Amino acid sequence: MTEAQTRIADLVKSNDVVLFMKGTPLFPQCGFSSRAIAILERLGAPYETVDVLQDPEIRAGIKDFSDWPTIPQLYVKGEFVGGSDIMMEMFESGELQQLLGADA
Amino acid sequence: MAMAASEIERLIKASIPDAEVTIRDLAGDSDHYAARVVAGSFEGMSRIKQHQAVYSALGGRVGGELHALQLETAVPQPETNK
Repeated sequence: MTEAQTRIADLVKSNDVVLFMKGTPLFPQCGFSSRAIAILERLGAPYETVDVLQDPEIRAGIKDFSDWPTIPQLYVKGEFVGGSDIMMEMFESGELQQLLGADA
Repeated sequence: MAMAASEIERLIKASIPDAEVTIRDLAGDSDHYAARVVAGSFEGMSRIKQHQAVYSALGGRVGGELHALQLETAVPQPETNK
């Protein structure tokens, strides 16, 4: 495992809900990241974010980690959940609420 | 860099032959698309696997040459009584 892969694995393991995104929750730098944050805010469950724009190594490494070409990426309890499209589908069907144990 | 909608559709169908592909150019700039891909071969696959199949059909272009592809995948629904 490369150093980036180890760091990503640690982040995913040590945070129940973690979103790898472009920018910060307050200032998302991409429409898809912004949509992902809007969904998490709606759910009201605590989450961590990692700004890949501040960390080129993670930005490159996260795509191999999950075999997923785009950002944002959501991980819950160590499992890759998907990008913002899947988050939106799961939010609309109520699955994401269930996964996060939120009652929003 | 931009890509024609017809090219996206062709690539997806080349690798998922039973796919029904609907593409919308979201911003009119040939760079931000939404695609809906319905395929019987998605049956039994998780959402992640379905999306990965489409990304792989596009051969690494998503996130690079193709900036954004809003993606929705589904299995064809049996005809329901109307």
